[in-house]
Amino acid sequence: MLSLSLKEALSRLKDGSLSAKELCEKCIDRAVKTRELNAIVTPTYSQARKQAEVAAQTWSRTGKSTTSARKLEGLPIVVKDNFCTKGVHTTCASRMLENYVPPYNATVVQRLFTQGAVLLGKSNMDEYGMGSGSVDSIFGPVRNPWKYEFTNTRTIPEGTLDTSSLLASPQSPGEALGTRGLHRSVHPGTGGSNPGLHEEGAWRVAGGSSGGSAAAVAAGICFGALGSDTGGSTRNPSSYCGVVGLKSSYGLLSRHGLIPLVNSLEVPGIMARSVDDVNTLQNIMAGTDEHDSTTLTDDRFVTSDLPEDIDVKHLHIGIPKEYHAPGLSPDVLDAWRRAADKFEQAGAKVTEVSLPHTQYSILCYIVLCCCEVASNMARYDGIEYGHRGQQELSTEQMYAMSRHEGFNEVVRGRIFAGNFFLLRRNYEQYFLKAQRVRRLIKDDFTRVFDEGVNVLLTPTTLTDAPRYDWFTAADNRTRNEEQDIFTQPINMAGIPAVTVPAGLTSNGLPIGLQFIGQMFKDKEMLTVAKWFEQQVQFENLNLDHLDN
Amino acid sequence: MIHRSTSFLLSFVPSAPSWTTIDENKLPKVPELTTDVIELLERLSLVEFNNKAGVDRLTKVIQSVNRLYTVDTDGVEPLDTVLEDRVLHLRDDDVTDGNCRKDIISNATKTVEDYFVAPPGNIPLMKIERDYKPDTKSDSTESDSAT
Repeated sequence: MLSLSLKEALSRLKDGSLSAKELCEKCIDRAVKTRELNAIVTPTYSQARKQAEVAAQTWSRTGKSTTSARKLEGLPIVVKDNFCTKGVHTTCASRMLENYVPPYNATVVQRLFTQGAVLLGKSNMDEYGMGSGSVDSIFGPVRNPWKYEFTNTRTIPEGTLDTSSLLASPQSPGEALGTRGLHRSVHPGTGGSNPGLHEEGAWRVAGGSSGGSAAAVAAGICFGALGSDTGGSTRNPSSYCGVVGLKSSYGLLSRHGLIPLVNSLEVPGIMARSVDDVNTLQNIMAGTDEHDSTTLTDDRFVTSDLPEDIDVKHLHIGIPKEYHAPGLSPDVLDAWRRAADKFEQAGAKVTEVSLPHTQYSILCYIVLCCCEVASNMARYDGIEYGHRGQQELSTEQMYAMSRHEGFNEVVRGRIFAGNFFLLRRNYEQYFLKAQRVRRLIKDDFTRVFDEGVNVLLTPTTLTDAPRYDWFTAADNRTRNEEQDIFTQPINMAGIPAVTVPAGLTSNGLPIGLQFIGQMFKDKEMLTVAKWFEQQVQFENLNLDHLDN
Repeated sequence: MIHRSTSFLLSFVPSAPSWTTIDENKLPKVPELTTDVIELLERLSLVEFNNKAGVDRLTKVIQSVNRLYTVDTDGVEPLDTVLEDRVLHLRDDDVTDGNCRKDIISNATKTVEDYFVAPPGNIPLMKIERDYKPDTKSDSTESDSAT
């Protein structure tokens, strides 16, 4: 039942063959049984049960009276821990915000709640979203549910799952130690909470930084999840976990209440098990928000369902040659080729195109990301909220201690780099230079779309999900440079992109392909992605054996 | 398998990467991170580099992004935001929110009578004598020396 799509689950709630309470319990049970994945850092089960109760009553009344159920009535979701949730811990997986409880909901979260969605918990991530493996978190790394051997399927009493115990004790002392700093310093294997039962570090990373949300969707804990996407943080883990991950056009979804990392690049991300499902969630969340002046105010976006019968004959699919990058695995290349062939066989016009500045995009991303991070992180001083160091000598001294203790080494490193690029003597050479290159990257996309291309087709990642021990053998920046290679150019241009599972590799792991659309033409892109999904018939991960 | 290889011949996906090789020798030198620069960055960032590894990492980032130097950006305007062609919505200057004092201070560690509390101000950071020469011991404890 937990492998159903959001759409199927809703129709079962509607016809009464499934109750909202039952569904909620199933999801909670799955979350508990897959606890080793470390996908959920703050469970909100009692709140979820209350919401499900209300939903169950609403559904039972629906049809009999004038009351009607809301669009997501009783549907369990998971929210990445960098979206503010009223009264629920929002930590960004950082010591800095370990005790932060927001007094308000992020706009996108509120819109889901307004439509009756049930929050099951907050999901794990790289600290402040700075990472691509979901391994740099104070809660320890997220494990990819694919090819994962669950060692612990016993039921854990509800009482042990409250927030305080989770915050106080990450999965094992080894993890707590190992992940406090840069993951480079982690000895391979320290992340394994069950040494001996698993080959140390042999499990796969979930990708990042929204790895908890992707793993939760893949494992059947929820039917949809929020991630965020600054350079690929939604698409990368979606690809590794075999789910659909959407990065909307910049300005379509409000960022109010999303704890900022890189304002000019990031958008809320949507994850689910089908293209229709991400479309449904986007419809619910998209639109003007007076709390975010960058949201669109015109009617360039219309909410609608995607068509069932899709014809790709009239379409022009572009294959950017630069996306065959050094390090692309044969499996991914093969999947990419087959997808291109499918479109061609179905009558679409498929051509090779060029986006010449692709290889410089990741460098440009590093500079802009560090600069905005340096500026954004200036808000954390330990006074109004966040970790406060035990230091009363002077304000400055207290600031320095709070920040030093509150941020991990990756965050601190990016602050330094950002402040270096922003020094008066470096501003032109690094910051402005990167902004100029950013325009060239955006212009590359504009040009191919002006030439008649409707949608671009590329790989999402170089390979399938890497092993944890391999991933942590290099530092955060090195991994970012490889992991975000195909995803961050899209953030540079602000355009939409979606990753769709394309099949399994010889390792039995999922890989995704990325469709890139034109600004605010998210629907067109999603329609193409849905056609591809229909051709592939990807089989979602099924963990129903854990129920026994 | 046979079907696959036939279709490869027709494929529009290039068979090999076409990235430009960058001659590292033609890139600008990474400026030396002198003690002055390090101290300035620490003051601006209000965090410490911690150790030599932190300085090395910054050097590597700079080295990496120096490759941007090879891109010709003459006459290209910097791009601040992809919304540059749009007018941002401004709401009327009316008070629409308020009476949330409790909410505002609910996350502060230290408050007195609804005020945030800060230690004495206008005292410059203490100068700590540090040496970012290479460590002799391993860097496995590099993450959290300040606790």
